[in-house]
Amino acid sequence: MPYPKRFDGRKFDETRPIVAKVGIIARADGSAMFQIGKTTAYAAVYGPRTLHPKWMQNPKTGVLRCEYNMLPFSGHGERVRPGGGRRAREIGMVTENALLPVLDLREYPNAVVDVYIDLPQTDAGTRCAGICAASMALADAGFEMTDMVAAVAVGNVQGSIVADLTYEEEQNKTETEGVADTPVAFMPNSGKLTLLQMDGHNTRADLKRALEMGREVCKKIVAIQKAALRAKYKGE
Amino acid sequence: MESLHMNDKDIVVPGDLLASGMGYLPSKGSYRDGEKVYANRVGLLSVEGKVLKVVPLSGNYAPKIGDKLIGQVTDVLFSGWRVDLFGPYSAVLGVKDATSEFIGRGANLAELFGLGDLIVCKIVNVTSQKLIDVSLKGPGLQKLKGGRTLKVNAAKVPRIIGKDSSMLGMIMQATGIKIAVGMNGIVWIDGTPEGEVVAVETIEKIQNEAHLSGLTNKIKDFLEHKTGKKVVAQAIPAEGES
Repeated sequence: MPYPKRFDGRKFDETRPIVAKVGIIARADGSAMFQIGKTTAYAAVYGPRTLHPKWMQNPKTGVLRCEYNMLPFSGHGERVRPGGGRRAREIGMVTENALLPVLDLREYPNAVVDVYIDLPQTDAGTRCAGICAASMALADAGFEMTDMVAAVAVGNVQGSIVADLTYEEEQNKTETEGVADTPVAFMPNSGKLTLLQMDGHNTRADLKRALEMGREVCKKIVAIQKAALRAKYKGE
Repeated sequence: MESLHMNDKDIVVPGDLLASGMGYLPSKGSYRDGEKVYANRVGLLSVEGKVLKVVPLSGNYAPKIGDKLIGQVTDVLFSGWRVDLFGPYSAVLGVKDATSEFIGRGANLAELFGLGDLIVCKIVNVTSQKLIDVSLKGPGLQKLKGGRTLKVNAAKVPRIIGKDSSMLGMIMQATGIKIAVGMNGIVWIDGTPEGEVVAVETIEKIQNEAHLSGLTNKIKDFLEHKTGKKVVAQAIPAEGES
């Protein structure tokens, strides 16, 4: 195996150190911070509130709107141009889809729930950190959710299945061996998948192994998310 | 096997396994999936016999018939007013529900309630699409003059009011100001500047400690310390709230 040991010495199924906090943005209806290694995501939830423009309203259910935003200074030296783009839009959309299975917004027809995810510092795994933060923020805002959602990137770095890739690992492809980066999100109680994307090439067997690893890692992340939520409400 | 995995008064979060077995019944804030009962919101677990309920600690206000709210008139319609309830949905106050006086055809409705007026109103109807009708007919329902408003967490309004308005009664007695509380989390206060400052501090304290037991005594001590007056916790009739 050309990648027998990880750059930062972690075990293959070990995530970077995680810090999770809930209720950090005073004016938001719900908020959370999720930090995994050098990737930090802040999520703020506002709403339900009246949805404008009006043509976006849905009389059957409330609408979840997620905005993903990397701050200009967050990347690897290159300035991230502000204002969002194709990539941010896509990630906002997959975040919505990852969270909607646990949310029931039928109580809020014609209304919107806004989730703003901002990343002041990034080192790969941003959409996963964003989903983890958004899930905590929505729970903090008091929405009814059947479960929490946790997300992590699992991948295949030169033949080794690893969890929570860093930017360094994502870039670690050689002429012969590639890197597959597969962000996944799980609802831990049912074990169902709510996000699955893949960059790079992977075999069917390796993808299966990666998904299994992702499911286990997400269970651990959910425990951290829940502890953070409890800490806020116990501490108050 | 029937078992309870959490204790009464525990803080639960969405997805927490509360109990397993068909003997336990999920109520508000919890749901059943097969044999298991899970929490579906952040709150305090209350176990009443076999019924599991999660009392919310946060969250927005859901309009219910009969709730007393504080709203603001934002528009004058053909035969009524649009009332902002400080949430996702606004309400309509019809002329019929606004006053018992006779209002002739073509009268200027803005003379009765102008834009920006605050009213204490009651919900008389809510539809599935959250169209809300409010009324001013009932004890304590009126237009508010002067004063100012605060926004509090709607989940904590019952604690601010207290049992039979005891908490509100204490604040009013200690500070000598007028207070009205809407279920939508809007608190209106009017009185001396010193009294208002103490009232705001007290309401914030109640919000922060809403889930702790012995709150009434704590607030009583707090008010006595702040105002130097003797405060007695006693229930007051509903009409006296505003």
